[in-house]
Amino acid sequence: MEVIEPRLDTIPHLVMRNAERFPDRPAYREKEFGIWQEWTWKEALEEITALANGYLALGLGEGDRVAVVGRNRPSLYWAMIAAQMVGAIPVPLYQDAVGEEMAYVLEHSEARFLVAGDQEQVDKVLEVQDRLPALERMIYVDPRGLRKYDHSRLHAYADVQAEGRAAHERFETELAERMARQGYDTTCVILYTSGTTGRPKGVVLSNRNIIEATKLSVAFDGLTEKEEILAYLPLAWVGDFIFSMGQATWTGFCVNCPENASTMQTDMREIGPSYFFAPPRVFENMLTNVMIRMEDAGALKRRMFHRFLDHAKKVGSRILDGRPVSALDRLKYALGNILVYGPLKDALGLGRIRVAYTAGEAIGPEIFEFYRSIGINLKQLYGQTEASVYITLQPDGEVYPDTVGVPPEGVEIRIDEKGEVHYRSPGVFVEYFKNPEATASTKDAEGWVASGDAGFFDAATGHLKIIDRAKDVGKMADGSLFAPKYIENKLKFYPSILEAVVFGNGREYATAFINIDLNAVGNWAERNNIAYTSYQELAAHPEVYAMIEKHIEEVNRSLAEDEKLSSSQIRRFLVLHKELDADDGELTRTRKVRRRIVEQKYADLIEALYGGKDRVSTETEVTYEDGRKGVIRATLEIRDVRTFPPAKSTKEAA
Amino acid sequence: MTSEAITHGGAMNPEGDGWVTPDGRHIGPVVLEVKNITLRFGGVTAIKDISFDIREGEIRAIIGPNGAGKSSMLNVISGFYHPQEGEIWFRGQKRPPMKPFQVARQGIARTFQNIALFKGMSVLDNIMTGRITLMRSTMAEEALWWGRAEREELAHREAVEKIIDFLEIQHIRRTPVSRLPYGLQKRVELARALAAEPKLLLLDEPMAGMNVEEKEDMSRFILDVNDEFGTTIVLIEHDMGVVMDLSDRVVVMDYGKKIGDGPPDEVRNDPQVIAAYLGVSHE
Repeated sequence: MEVIEPRLDTIPHLVMRNAERFPDRPAYREKEFGIWQEWTWKEALEEITALANGYLALGLGEGDRVAVVGRNRPSLYWAMIAAQMVGAIPVPLYQDAVGEEMAYVLEHSEARFLVAGDQEQVDKVLEVQDRLPALERMIYVDPRGLRKYDHSRLHAYADVQAEGRAAHERFETELAERMARQGYDTTCVILYTSGTTGRPKGVVLSNRNIIEATKLSVAFDGLTEKEEILAYLPLAWVGDFIFSMGQATWTGFCVNCPENASTMQTDMREIGPSYFFAPPRVFENMLTNVMIRMEDAGALKRRMFHRFLDHAKKVGSRILDGRPVSALDRLKYALGNILVYGPLKDALGLGRIRVAYTAGEAIGPEIFEFYRSIGINLKQLYGQTEASVYITLQPDGEVYPDTVGVPPEGVEIRIDEKGEVHYRSPGVFVEYFKNPEATASTKDAEGWVASGDAGFFDAATGHLKIIDRAKDVGKMADGSLFAPKYIENKLKFYPSILEAVVFGNGREYATAFINIDLNAVGNWAERNNIAYTSYQELAAHPEVYAMIEKHIEEVNRSLAEDEKLSSSQIRRFLVLHKELDADDGELTRTRKVRRRIVEQKYADLIEALYGGKDRVSTETEVTYEDGRKGVIRATLEIRDVRTFPPAKSTKEAA
Repeated sequence: MTSEAITHGGAMNPEGDGWVTPDGRHIGPVVLEVKNITLRFGGVTAIKDISFDIREGEIRAIIGPNGAGKSSMLNVISGFYHPQEGEIWFRGQKRPPMKPFQVARQGIARTFQNIALFKGMSVLDNIMTGRITLMRSTMAEEALWWGRAEREELAHREAVEKIIDFLEIQHIRRTPVSRLPYGLQKRVELARALAAEPKLLLLDEPMAGMNVEEKEDMSRFILDVNDEFGTTIVLIEHDMGVVMDLSDRVVVMDYGKKIGDGPPDEVRNDPQVIAAYLGVSHE
């Protein structure tokens, strides 16, 4: 058994340690009223303790679940830590979940208390409260609009804290005793996975899981109390929990919360984080925005921009990896850094980045290389909620766009005969909450977890490569490999394509649904004097179709070069009339395509793709933001795309 | 006329003058009353002998077909038009003819049907202009930005930031207004009107040209303003659904005349109102 240092085995203990060791270092910042408000570790501990005492005054018991929902704010992080202080278990929820989804998690977790960010979240819960007999009290942070609500079970966050402060002496012993009873083997948090299939499952993670995973990741990248991070990803997502709760309290670095979701980019520029995580989508969007803005720049600037970016593409990553580069190229790169890369990184808020990670989905190699080439140490990691994030990470200097790295110290990996990745680590979850069958089918007696992902270790680099979800990998009718996500990722690299869903398992040829990116395509339409009134109209525009067709053709050409994949070239496609949306269940809350649901919902369209028609009429149910339903009708064009003969004869074809 | 206590359908306000709405808002005594207003432009009579009152804390809607004289009525209240006949009583006193800026100083702010913002200025600066009636420092002080001017600007900026937070427009704080979509420009206009800390807020078709989602947002903001700051609101609106949901009492105008006045449910069923809006069925 390892020796556990006293008082470092729960997050509240870590906060207390920080309040002693770095009393005056900033612990949390939040932008409000246009100004960054700051709390030091000492102040944060005071706020958390006040809330914890307030919980006690309201009768929160040990082991009770406390649901937390809202945008990233210090007060909600404190709500979780305060819950841990009194021996309760925080259950963060996805703030953009509709009432129904939220009801399921609240019902399943039997949360007794709920801490909500604002009126919107309170309303959502009130709507479904009949199904939540266990829910006793709701605490809200932002009182706006809530003053006239029935306050018999509803409390203002500040009032609960005030009560806690007043009762501070009364509860002193009890709080200390409760904290002492928590340790490495008690539950730290229950995180509900958004899951691409079925109902969300509550992943129970112990303090050991979270703190050990934190320790190994902190050691891997040498994180210190001097890091600055931006907390903008959902509280309910394990990554945010590890970064903003685990790593922040372990190292003592500062968690910065943006003013709201739409100001994230501006706030990021002001903070200049040194350690940053974003799903590929965010990096894609950032790049798309830069490229769109550059199109509007003057000719001279545009030429300079492209010229130096070309140079960066040539030598940037090599310089970052510390490999040999000629003196002249280095000089040119240094000049580029002054003229282009530096200002660009500043504009993106990435000027001070030491380590940046992306994960969740494969990132387009060109996008990945772009960030690395301008000197941002962007790396990939592979993780799951069940592993407390970390399964593999890319070490500095060994970064390849198509691998996810190596297991850090303490993580073991094996690939089973079907190609599925299994792992074992100190971060491996305790169980699925109230779901022993699912626990048993995922985790075996020795602690090995089946990841559900198909992958293999790359012979040349020794790094893990993930191909797709194990259950999504299939075969074309001719028996060749069909890995839809691989093709989708290639398509999604084009800024005009937001989302793609490729079909072909067991079929003779592959087909695709395309979602256009309204931002990029809208801008393009404006530039080319293409008038449109709605998303639907723009999506159906012949010129847009022509552009998408060209992109798919290019993807087909690159697929043709790969012997194994040349038969999954896309032969027919259509552009969807609506954006795939998490509110309609088509995406998960972390914005991954739910393939099965899309297949079911658009069965008529898929049939048309494999039929001979070049037009199809359809009706689609949509859910508005307030939960009401509506129907969109549309007639969609189906187009054939040129395909290319496999590898050998590519040259003649092109 | 029957007494107010019967027509509004709510309980009597314990303080006597006014009542409590079913959703728990207090409607107070009359703040502004227009009496027998007639407004002519040359030979055209835009408003004919209209009287109604506005009570403290209520949301008062003015509805009517196009050209009914709704905007003219708002312009009379805001001091932009001077009626040929009739009186305006504000807080128990008869109001002498006033210029719009004098009316603004009395605590009456407005938004316009066709957005009237400074297009080239940022959202923040536009909203700051709403505080002008509250600024005391002289031009010389402003130029030097010293002492009182600096203190004042800081205080005003804080007030403006609270409004920006309230209306959830933080992300466009520094954006020039001309680059914003229509729905957001409308919201900025509301923000500027709020910046004047009005007692009475006049909204001229705040939801015109918006889609369903934008309308819902705007409705929520109007209710929140009324709820949070206790601002009395007069609004002109075409969308009957919105009017019915938002307002406490409705004035109906047609061809410059008042053809109805009362709580939304009552007005909706008034045959005269139905005739003006939907036409009369001949059976």
